[in-house]
Amino acid sequence: MEWIPVALGLWIFGGLAALALWRKPEASAWTSTLSLAAGTLMTAPAIWRALAGHSPGILRIQWAVPGGEFALQIDALAAWFLLPTLLLAVLAAVYGMGYLSGEAHHRPTAPLWFFFNLLVASMAVVLMARNAVLFLTAWEVMALASFFLVTFKDEKESVRRAGWTYLIATHLGTAFLLALFILLGRQTGSLDFGVWAQAGTADPRPASLLFMLALIGFGSKAGMIPFHVWLPEAHPAAPSHVSAVMSGVMIKTGIYGLMRSLTFFGDPLPWWGWLLIALGIASGILGVLFALAQHDLKRLLAYHSVENIGIILLGLGLGVLGSSVGSPALAILGFSGCLLHVLNHALFKGLLFLGAGGVLRATGSAEMEHLGGLLKRMPLTAVTFLVGAAAISGLPPFNGFVSEMLVFMGGLQAVADGEVTAVLAGAGAVAGLALISGLAIACFTKAFGIVFLGEPRSHHAVSVTESPRTMVVPMGILAALCLAVGLTAPWIIGSVAQTVVLTTHVPPSTVDQAVAGLAELFAKVAIAGLLLMLVCGLLILLRRRLLRDRRVETAVTWDCGYASPTTRMQYSASSFAQPITEAFKGVLRTHMRVQMPALPFPERASFASETPDPCLERFYKPGFSGIAVLASKLRWLQHGNIHLYVLYIALALLATLVWMMG
Amino acid sequence: MNWLPPLLALLLAPLLLGVINRTKAIFAGRTGQPLLQSYFDLARLLRKGAVYSSTTSWVFRAGPILGLAAMFTALQLVPFGGQAGLLHFSGDLVLLCGLLALGRFATVAAALDTGSSFEGMGASREAFFGAMAEPALYLSLAALVRHTGSYGLSSSLAALAGRNWVDVDPSLVLVTVALLAVFLVENCRIPVDDPNTHLELTMIHEVMVLDHSGPDFAFILYGAALKMWILAALLVGIVLPALSSNPWLNLAFAVLGVFGLALLVGVIESVMARLRLVVVPQLLVVASALAATALLLGVR
Repeated sequence: MEWIPVALGLWIFGGLAALALWRKPEASAWTSTLSLAAGTLMTAPAIWRALAGHSPGILRIQWAVPGGEFALQIDALAAWFLLPTLLLAVLAAVYGMGYLSGEAHHRPTAPLWFFFNLLVASMAVVLMARNAVLFLTAWEVMALASFFLVTFKDEKESVRRAGWTYLIATHLGTAFLLALFILLGRQTGSLDFGVWAQAGTADPRPASLLFMLALIGFGSKAGMIPFHVWLPEAHPAAPSHVSAVMSGVMIKTGIYGLMRSLTFFGDPLPWWGWLLIALGIASGILGVLFALAQHDLKRLLAYHSVENIGIILLGLGLGVLGSSVGSPALAILGFSGCLLHVLNHALFKGLLFLGAGGVLRATGSAEMEHLGGLLKRMPLTAVTFLVGAAAISGLPPFNGFVSEMLVFMGGLQAVADGEVTAVLAGAGAVAGLALISGLAIACFTKAFGIVFLGEPRSHHAVSVTESPRTMVVPMGILAALCLAVGLTAPWIIGSVAQTVVLTTHVPPSTVDQAVAGLAELFAKVAIAGLLLMLVCGLLILLRRRLLRDRRVETAVTWDCGYASPTTRMQYSASSFAQPITEAFKGVLRTHMRVQMPALPFPERASFASETPDPCLERFYKPGFSGIAVLASKLRWLQHGNIHLYVLYIALALLATLVWMMG
Repeated sequence: MNWLPPLLALLLAPLLLGVINRTKAIFAGRTGQPLLQSYFDLARLLRKGAVYSSTTSWVFRAGPILGLAAMFTALQLVPFGGQAGLLHFSGDLVLLCGLLALGRFATVAAALDTGSSFEGMGASREAFFGAMAEPALYLSLAALVRHTGSYGLSSSLAALAGRNWVDVDPSLVLVTVALLAVFLVENCRIPVDDPNTHLELTMIHEVMVLDHSGPDFAFILYGAALKMWILAALLVGIVLPALSSNPWLNLAFAVLGVFGLALLVGVIESVMARLRLVVVPQLLVVASALAATALLLGVR
């Protein structure tokens, strides 16, 4: 624990040093990356101890802010979220050194490194903070640092708009958190998380109000539908290694906050679980559907974050339901599925965003209809992206399967022995997750197939070379981790136990017993995974043996004997997704502009489609323009005469004084 | 002796296609191909060389291998004739569905690797129908879980053992119908996909494998046969649970049941036309609804 302030200082001073080295982009990249790596190494023992079940120490430093205290603690819950956060941050920083190497000619990169370090430090403090004022301060620093990271390329209008959307969304969320913390503080007379966790709440009605505040406040950071609108704007706008960190781990601070605040509210009510499950199903299905309708690779990935947050919420909802109806088996399955998916999503979504960044950097375009055939030009990026795609689709033997399996089993557990309402919730979760994972496969065969397979669809994708080693190695590590977590799940599930004990009211012995059962089960899953790989190997050998002395020829792709195929005749991203977007057009409301070929000798024909976010279009935009109209009615107050402004201040002071006296 | 059912599957799976084709031939008044035609096809393909498109990469070559390996692994999970699967644990049904999905992912990726718009079309349809089939499959299995109170494939089918058709449960009938729809979709049979069609535009599964040849195509055909066996074994496990205490008799009944299902598929293919592609998702939604109804009937 005593190393934590050192690590924090290192991150912040590393960032400042990177800023000071403004003129030397390489040096500032190295400073930032090395300081991140060193700080992470210092934090590692504390994370390890917390996950191993040692009781965590708490670090308290006096702070001059009223009500605030610099109280830091790494318990199992914080450690579980810190692990992927720091791991992905370091890997993304290494990747960033290569990714930004060409960028330094256009604009200074030093601020980017400074804000990146600040973002990592603030995320760590958010996870470790045990005081509401400290938490909110770090939360705000995190939001601002990521705002400046998103608006790195601020000469583009779309980037500036994305930045503002994000800034407004995150502050609206923070407003709910402020209300939550004020209410909790008034209830308990303290701003210390430890006091809140012990106080609990006996009365269910205020607890429900607090829960709703936490759900909206933290849910908007996590990207839960309908508070997700900032996410598909901000993630594509940010530099790709920042998108990886934001999507892989920063939005998880919302999940962390929700789980942490659940420990303040005493025993959960069943309807919290149902609400979480319903929101999870909605986020999951709508997230993947909107992802399918996109043809910008990074926007597609951003919508998949909404989908995966949905899966995490499904797990959390099942866990909360289990806690509230007194079914420890359900609680353990739900919470462990939720937690494991947090880790897994950080690994594969980080990987996928880094891969998309490699594609964007090499081709200059993230528009999938312009790409194709990159597998032969960027073989390593392609392999790692494929691993990420398989993992996010929840396919064995990768990590995504393991966590989705836990959530599925949670749903089946609720179906098997629950009461009527639990059965309904469980069946909804199972059917929803089944549809989500089926559509995710469609979406990621599309993303991988259109970008990396076939032939280039435009000049963008023709003369392209593999990314530099600094970019490929982090992707390789993440891909290896995706497979490793899938195969070592029997051991990894053991380290979830401490966190589950912390977030449920299930006695530790029951949790240990259930987790041991899950470990046994995952051992069999791992055996099946190994069997799968063994059979693959044998079949490869068999085919090699069979084809050894035979004619193996190369020809053109069979296109019904058509004589001169061109690459533009390939299926495109939109055509691949068309049956699905057509079937769900009521939800998606895709705008299409079609110019049909006309006349006997048609000259021009065109087709363009765009799927804007209906929440943004139908709900937020009208709402905010309404507010803007109302606000403009007060424009007369703001006339630019300073002496009248001083009068306002005087009047306000007087009014306050009168109010205080009365 | 639970190594015997997977062995039987590996040996007998290609015969299912022979039975289906022979049934269709009898309905059409033809002599039809030999019952063992699929074995001849496999042997012939395994003796051939291969042609690869210059567009393709290792993904194209990995597709058939991954598809077959996934089906082989999935086969070890399936209980058959009262025998538990070689690998069985609670939650194995999720792994089974995951392996089926893995096979689909591999086939679709391999199809997209050719750059052909026909194969892209097939891949797109397969991805969509596969996605719509998943809720139906999972809900059917969930209904089974609700019915038997245990969520391992082997244990929940074992819990059905000893039931006879006198106290037949309506929810099981619904599950059977839903699973039959999933069976037809996943195995690309009429009324969803016509394996004998000759027009690339209308195909689903067959068009995705147009460019595969030689041993690769043999792997694909064999993998498809195994997949049919796996889903048939599930259906038969529900309809014909182990009735006697003699394991050999149970096994024989189950084998008969699987071939009876092949006969039924042959009859369906002879008396029905293929559905329009836009109707297929509706069929799957109906299957999901039936499975959900079965599940709700179990809540009492």
